[in-house]
Amino acid sequence: MIDLAVVDLSRLQFALTALYHFLFVPLTIGLSFMLVIMESIYVMTRRPIWRSITRFWGLLFGINFALGVATGITMEFQFGMNWSYFSHYVGDIFGAPLAIEGLMAFFLEATFVGLMFFGWDKLSRVGHLFVTFMVALGTNLSALWILIANGWMQNPVGATFNPDTMRMEVSDFMAVLFNPVAQAKFVHTVSAGYVIAAVFVLGISAFYLLKGRHRGFAKRSMTVAAAFGLAASLSVVVLGDESGYALTDNQKMKLAALEAMWRTEPAPAGLTAFGIPSLEDRETHYEVKIPYVLGLISTRSIDTPVEGILELVAIAQTRIESGVLAYDALERIKADPTDVAARGDFELNRRDLGYSLLLKRYVADPRDATPDQVVQAAWSTVPNVPVMFWSFRIMAGIGFLMIGLFATAFVLCTLRKHETRWFLWLAVLAIPLPWISTELGWILAEVGRQPWAVEGVLPTFLGASSLSVPQLWATIIGFTVLYGALAVVEVGLILKTIKKGPFAEIDLFGLDLAPATPDPTDGPDRPAPTPAPTVA
Amino acid sequence: MELPLDYASLRLIWWGLLGVLLIAFALTDGFDLGVGALLPFVAKTDEERRMVINTVGATWEGNQVWFILGGGAIFAAWPFVYAVSFSGFYLAMFLVLSALILRPVAFKYRSKRPDRRWRAFWDWALFVGGFVPALVFGVAVGNVLLGAPFRLDGDLRSFYEGSLLGLFTPFSLLCGLLSVAMLVLHGAAWLGLKAERGPVQARARVFGTIAGVASLALFVGGGLFVAFGDLGFRIVGLIDPSGMSNPLRTAVVAAPGAWLDNYTAAPWTIVAPVLGLLGTVVALAGLWRRSEPLAFGGSSLGTVGIISTVGLSMFPFILPSSIDPGSSLTVWNASSTHLTLFIMLGVTIVFLPLVLLYTAWVYRVLWGRSSSTEFKTNPDLY
Repeated sequence: MIDLAVVDLSRLQFALTALYHFLFVPLTIGLSFMLVIMESIYVMTRRPIWRSITRFWGLLFGINFALGVATGITMEFQFGMNWSYFSHYVGDIFGAPLAIEGLMAFFLEATFVGLMFFGWDKLSRVGHLFVTFMVALGTNLSALWILIANGWMQNPVGATFNPDTMRMEVSDFMAVLFNPVAQAKFVHTVSAGYVIAAVFVLGISAFYLLKGRHRGFAKRSMTVAAAFGLAASLSVVVLGDESGYALTDNQKMKLAALEAMWRTEPAPAGLTAFGIPSLEDRETHYEVKIPYVLGLISTRSIDTPVEGILELVAIAQTRIESGVLAYDALERIKADPTDVAARGDFELNRRDLGYSLLLKRYVADPRDATPDQVVQAAWSTVPNVPVMFWSFRIMAGIGFLMIGLFATAFVLCTLRKHETRWFLWLAVLAIPLPWISTELGWILAEVGRQPWAVEGVLPTFLGASSLSVPQLWATIIGFTVLYGALAVVEVGLILKTIKKGPFAEIDLFGLDLAPATPDPTDGPDRPAPTPAPTVA
Repeated sequence: MELPLDYASLRLIWWGLLGVLLIAFALTDGFDLGVGALLPFVAKTDEERRMVINTVGATWEGNQVWFILGGGAIFAAWPFVYAVSFSGFYLAMFLVLSALILRPVAFKYRSKRPDRRWRAFWDWALFVGGFVPALVFGVAVGNVLLGAPFRLDGDLRSFYEGSLLGLFTPFSLLCGLLSVAMLVLHGAAWLGLKAERGPVQARARVFGTIAGVASLALFVGGGLFVAFGDLGFRIVGLIDPSGMSNPLRTAVVAAPGAWLDNYTAAPWTIVAPVLGLLGTVVALAGLWRRSEPLAFGGSSLGTVGIISTVGLSMFPFILPSSIDPGSSLTVWNASSTHLTLFIMLGVTIVFLPLVLLYTAWVYRVLWGRSSSTEFKTNPDLY
């Protein structure tokens, strides 16, 4: 039997390391493109202030990038370390996007990122812009391949189980590549990264304006952030809705759980704006519903019903029963690979094999399961409803707040009222919000898939490695201490860099990072420009 | 669907590509690790240390991707190997990851504050980030040669019956030290090419010479272990190079001395160990005659030879099992499907040359010696 303590600790470790990794990744994804925009303005206008702007945000990008890379190393190997059986079971499909990510995307960003920092004096303006663009392209492609891998876990298309190798094997690679769930997730996730970067730039610029420092620098940065952020926050919400639409075909249970919708709603279903979901009563108390909205979002129609948890559990139960038949046939094939009758039986029920594996949590051999255990296993397909319900509402709520924030910023920047103090305060206070939102987005995606590691194919608890509890505690404590210390160092360095400001390097190095001609909108604190070696 | 390449050939190609990736990692990130391990010893003052760090500062990140890609490629092409080895060598992997996690941060953060203790701390982090992975990779290779204590059950789930300390046997420690020596030599040769002329170069030559001599001795010692020690495995049953990937369908026995079989079956393979010795000797000669390109070329060839020796000696084994030889993973029973191997080969053929191309361009732009004055004028240097 599987040691469930090992499973729980492995899940805890994966959640900690992945959520931590994703504190840095979205900022990298978004800020890299903002650097491209800023540097493009520099290349087009040739005004050195834009070079200072690019270099300063690049400095913060670099500090963040280092930890993104450091924590990404863990992710690449953790599947093998902690999810050994998962790696075997789906490696034939799941490994490919990870390898392609390394080859096509990570190489690109990692090779060019050094040149981005070291190559200012070695490259022409356009040459350097090209390098920055390659870094941005690499980080965004990286997200594409990771989300193709994750999308396959949500919606395992293009693969079938092979009884001779005891694993899922690829049958249609194009289906894996153009998985609608993966595509929807990719655009939603990178948009979220753009929002994070825009909030980061907006918030720090607002901080400078509140302090009356580097005003020329801050206003320009703020304008870029406002425009970029408005586009990004609109697309993150619209494309998130697209994710919701993709869910209805593939993960009905996830949708029902995040809506805490226990019974099938007659069409068109209403969206629950508020309620207290209760796991014990299998009811959502004090519901406040907005009519029609859920039906419109998830089915794009007013006459298709959205299925509820109780009905989906009943479906799961029949699939478990047919899965046991597939399991029985598989055992017969294992005993005698030439058993033609067993292979025929397996073909009939193969799509439900994964459901029979849910029983392994309660009984060593699913064929010995009692009817009670079958019911229990069917109910185990329901993810944690309150967590889903609230994560979704907070995530989506922050999404709408972001649209409001950037719409206001955009209007203020257009009216040249950059220094509206109440808004500057809001912009500073808003900095943590998109991070909360993206982390909750991942919780929604991953908790919502439970009990599956791969939806309908492999239960999470079967995917874990045969490790021991002390081994897991050793690594969980090790990662926590290491990551915790690095977080403190990173935040300290970012704050210190912000405090020093964008023109600190002139004092240190006497470099011409500032405008060659004085700019009347710049703050009084900016040092007088010094003549220095020019750059081609 | 009929694919233009048969399954057995694709497996062979992917075995070769795995070797190419490991060698590329050792050749590029290898000198980064070596330079990290040498840092506290060849550079004494802060200026010297910054100069040394900047010899690899701009390019180490791209080099490290060979390691990440190695992980991804093993996952995609050899999922059994990925699943069994990383879960088996669990705590050792954790050690490697912790050390490697320190590296990007140490490079980036070290020079951000002038405080002496701050910088000294990150210097040691860079040392650990270079030395520990080099050692553990070698120890891991030693354990692969010895066979790892794992077994597969009927569901092909892997169970590992060893401990972290169990990984450190005399033979595996020898392999670990060989790996450190090889990469320190390579790092010293790199400093010859990229570091400013002066005391750092002189120290690097001394440490490089020690490492080169140690590397020769340890490589020969490892050969003696393989010839006369208690290690080696052999397939005794039928082999179906195009069969489905199920490790339990191959009959394997432990056979001391079997790691030399290939040198009699295919005598050309002797090229690998000869190259390992010869390359290292050339590197030593280069250090001695102060010919930097010769030293670096020699250490590169030596590295290619030493790693190839391991792969060719074990072929077709990738990861034998010491407690249940019947669970051993080989080229013929542990790969992805025919289709996955084919698609991944196509992707590699398109993107690997592209990677090499732009990597070469980046190196060309950044060509030239690091100096201990440039970071006083360039704020982006480490």
